[in-house]
Parts: sequence; structure tokens; C-alpha cells
Amino acid sequence: MSVTTDTLTKPALVRIDGVHKYYGQHHVLRGIDMTVRQGEVSVLIGPSGSGKSTLLRCVNMLETINAGRIHVNDELVGYRERGGRLHDMNAKQIAAQRREIGMVFQRFNLFPHRTVLQNIIEAPTQVKRQSKAAAKTRAMELLERVGLVHRANHYPAQLSGGQQQRVAIARALAMDPELMLFDEPTSALDPELVGEVLNVMKELAASGMTMIVVTHEIAFAREVGDTLTFMDGGVVVESGDPREIIANPQHDRTKEFLARVL
Amino acid sequence: MSLIAPARSTADTDGSGRGKPQMIQAVPVRHPGRWACAVVILAFAAMLAQSLVTNENFRWDVVGTYFMDVLVIQGIGWTLLLTVLSMVIAITLAILLAFMRESENPLFRSVSWVWVWFFRGTPVYTQLVFWGLIAVLYPKISLGVPFGPELFAFDTQDIVTAFVAAVLGLGLNESAYLAEIFRAGLKSVDNGQMEAAEALGMRKSRIMWRIILPQAMRIIVPPTGNETIGMLKTTSLVLAVPFTLDLTFATNGIANRSYLPIPLLIVAALWYLVITSILMVGQYYVERHFGKGVDNFVRIPVDKATAVKPAAVKVVTAGDSNESGVKEMEEKP
Ligand SMILES: Nc1ncnc2c1ncn2[C@@H]1O[C@H](COP(=O)(O)OP(=O)(O)O)[C@@H](O)[C@H]1O
Ligand SMILES: [Mg+2]
Repeated sequence: MSVTTDTLTKPALVRIDGVHKYYGQHHVLRGIDMTVRQGEVSVLIGPSGSGKSTLLRCVNMLETINAGRIHVNDELVGYRERGGRLHDMNAKQIAAQRREIGMVFQRFNLFPHRTVLQNIIEAPTQVKRQSKAAAKTRAMELLERVGLVHRANHYPAQLSGGQQQRVAIARALAMDPELMLFDEPTSALDPELVGEVLNVMKELAASGMTMIVVTHEIAFAREVGDTLTFMDGGVVVESGDPREIIANPQHDRTKEFLARVL
Repeated sequence: MSLIAPARSTADTDGSGRGKPQMIQAVPVRHPGRWACAVVILAFAAMLAQSLVTNENFRWDVVGTYFMDVLVIQGIGWTLLLTVLSMVIAITLAILLAFMRESENPLFRSVSWVWVWFFRGTPVYTQLVFWGLIAVLYPKISLGVPFGPELFAFDTQDIVTAFVAAVLGLGLNESAYLAEIFRAGLKSVDNGQMEAAEALGMRKSRIMWRIILPQAMRIIVPPTGNETIGMLKTTSLVLAVPFTLDLTFATNGIANRSYLPIPLLIVAALWYLVITSILMVGQYYVERHFGKGVDNFVRIPVDKATAVKPAAVKVVTAGDSNESGVKEMEEKP
């Protein structure tokens, strides 16, 4: 599974430099540096409240950062640099940037009033102005990929959690993103449904997708991850090869955390 | 195991567990109180029915004479027209006001707030009188540059007729109430919906229209049905404008001429009941439409595009027969 050696030579797709984020007085991200190369699976772990979700949400501008820079594909995220000053992006520019980044949420967030197929073609038809027929064809390919072709005309409420999350992945992929963000995609699932979602993610990783995955599934991190980053209290405590970190954590906080989740 | 399923083990003659389980046939709880209540209620209903038939002051013959009277039927037409037009204006404005109130633009937010504050804060009767007097207040309506040249102008009387004044008065007042109902509906939709759509690169206005509003409609429709039925009866206030063709005015007019107020009140009441019942049927279908996928998702839409996809067939058979088969399939990519 390991593609570490190839990806190390690939160019960086995501560059996070010295990022700080405050919620009011609450200093949530305290200088995060992180690089994700093209095709890399970067796994983010850490205790609850350490800022993992916040970091992911900053990457696709669901939150704004207060200091530092985030680049995706060498493009500054959320701002335009003009005359040596940063200008806020307008809604149109932000939406355009988000199209390159897919996101999968802990609670799926499928559109309940739309069927599986309608969920998947919504953004391609509405945002990318694809024809309905083309979008449907593509949607069916994606559904085949996640093993849910036979559920195309079902409503989300008719699906199990695992199936819903697989649809959510297909929906994000329908926009042909360069980067996929996963925020604890299996945390809301019954244990027996976790595997089917991780399998889809594993296959996606094997197909060369660049992914940042927040998860508590250490086995997934070890098997699929190219890098593992451990966050605590809004800082990166440790980062490197997943197998090495899991087998031999350097910091006490990492040791403590791994002892609890393993 | 035998402790968990005693019913089955007693029914199994061969102990293989394959026999039909012994079905529970419990004696239902008796409700003597319900029967007693039913008797009392039926007695009262019978008394009421008897009085309706025997009390001659009801003058059912007059009710019958005027029930389909031309003036009454025309009145119904005007009442319906007032109701529908004012609700259309109110709903359109309410969607706009609710979106504005939830917008990031502080100017929109304040305009929406002031609108609701004003139109909800003054009596609808006063507003109707005011719209009736608008021609006195502004004899001419003209469009032009402030303090500059006039582009074109109308006589207010020609534009704001009594009917227009009635519709505007009712619609604008109602928009304030509906705006709050719509806002509550929008707020009821989970934040994750907005985020998921934003993450897909959709713009806010489109998200509101295609993702948030359809889901909010589940919450919005029942109170809006309420408001529509309320509006049906509020139209009787258009006398304040004065607009004098609606159902209540028509029946009142006949009552005054014939000195028979009670039967004509009954005519009006019966017609309002009929229309309300029809509106309730309509509401049922609207609710069913917006409950798709949430309240009533058994009906699965048939979609030709998916049925004919050849690639689909392979997986359908594998997946349909056995859900865990899907999982196995994915494990060997
Ligand atoms: N919208 C918000 N407003 C205020 N505080 C928030 C908000 N979102 C998250 N936080 C706080 O930021 C910290 C980090 O949260 P989060 O990124 O969700 O952590 P994690 O995903 O690692 O569990 C937590 O202390 C949380 O309470
Ligand atoms: Mg989180």
C-alpha cells in the first residue's frame, strides 16, 4: 500500500504555514505547519478539541484563518494578494476555490429531500453547468465505485449510515476535486459499518487521490496513510511515517493518546 | 437462548427452531370510561341536531334560497381572488424577507427587520384604511430623480383601485407574519446542509433556494396553511378600504335588505367552511410534496436514466441479492 517513496518527490498540493485561528479569545490553532504532497494520504489524529476539524475547515474556507497562509495548488486560499496587501475573496472566488476541494463530514450531511442520484448531480449540474445526462452518467460511475448503484433512486433516510457516507464520498468526487478532506468519516457509524467506508477510502487513496483524513482509526492510518500528524492543543506535536510513529512515538502526549485509542 | 425466546421453544415440536412461533393473543385493556363519554357526547349531538332542525329561527329555507344566490357566488369569487392574490404577494415577500434577514448584508437585515416591525406592529384594519386613502395622501405617483426631472407619472386613483388597495393591504400585512414563519423554517434546517453545499462550491443564494428552502418547507407549510385560512376570513375586513364585493359584504347586504341576519350568516359560514375544507385538502398534497425523503420516502421515484445504464446491471445483481456482498466486493480493489 505504501506509496511514500513516490509521493515524497511529488510537488506539494497543500501548504499550511504558521496558521493561527481564534474563536473570539479562544486560540484554537497555534501556528500549524503542514505539507501535503500530490497523491499523499495525510492522516490527522489527536484528542477531541485539539483543532483537527478547525484545521480542515480552514483549508476549504468554512472558517477564516487569523494568521499564516494556506496554499492549495500554489493558490492562496481565501485571499487575493494585490499591491502587497491581502484582500478578502468575494463569494464567487471562494466558491470557485472550493470546487477543487471535496469534503466528507462526520454526519454525512446528504440532502435528505433528494435521492442519492440527485444528491450527486446537484453540484455538477448547478455549479459546473454539466448537462443532466452527463452528470447522471458520471454519478452512476461513481456509485458503482462505491458499490451503491442499486441505491441510486433511494432517499438518504432509506440507507444505512455506511451507505450514506459512501454516497457522500461519491457526491464530493462528482466535482472532480484535486483534494479530499475527511472529518472523522466513520465516527458516527455503527462498528460493523466502518469497514465499508474505510474500504472506499482505501480504494480512493490507491487511485492517487490526495487526501487529508481526520480519524481515530489507527489501523487505517498505519495501512493507508503516507504521513501521520498528531495534533494536541492546537499545535502539531509530531509528524512523520505512520508506522514509525505508531510503533515508536517520540512524545509523551502522543504515547498517551495512542495508548488510549489503540 | 431458551430464556430469550420462550415463545418459540414451546411452539417447536421438533426443537429445530423452524416451527411457527406461538402468536400472542392478549386480552385488550377495556375502556368503560370511553363508552360512557361517547354516550354523553352522542346525546348532546342529537340535541344539537334536533334543535337545528326544529328551531324555526334558523330559517333553513332562506339559507337554501340564498346559498347559490348570484351575489353570494360572486362574493365567493372575489373573496377567493383576494385570498389567493394577497397570499401570493405575502409568500413572495416573505421568502425575500426571510432570505434578507438571514443574509450577511447588514442593510438587507435591517430593511427586513423594520418591515416586519412595521407591518406586524400596526392593525391590519388601519393598514387597509390607509391603503384606501393613499390617493388622498399621494394623488400622483411619479418616477424620477429626487429633486430632479420626472420620468413618468400616474394618477394614484387609476393604479390603486379599491381592489388593488385591498390586496396590497392584506398582502403586505401578511408578509410580515409569514416572514417570521419562513425564518423559523430556514433556521430549522441543520447547519450541516449549508456547509455541505458550500463545500461543493455552491453559492449562498442557490443553496438557500435549492437546498435550505425545500427542507424548510416541511416546517413552513402547516403554519402557512393556517395563515391562508386566516386570510380567507380576514378578507372580510376589506370593507375598510372600502372594497364591497366580497362574501361577507354580499351576505351582509342581503341580510340588511331582507331583515334576516341569521340565515345569511349561516350561508356565509357554510361557504367559508367549504372553502377551508378545500384548502385543507390542498395543504395535504403540498405537505406530502415537501415531505419527500423525510416523512414519506417509501415511494421511490422511477428514473429511466439509471435503469438503462448497462454498467449498473452487474453491480445491481451483486449488491441487491446480498448487502454484505457489496462489502466483500470492495475489499479486493
Ligand atoms: N464555531 C466555534 N466557535 C467557538 N469555538 C469553537 C467553534 N468550533 C470549534 N471550537 C472550539 O475549538 C476547539 C477545537 O475544535 P475542533 O477543531 O472541533 O477540535 P477537534 O476536531 O480536534 O475535536 C475546541 O475547543 C472547540 O470547542
Ligand atoms: Mg472534530
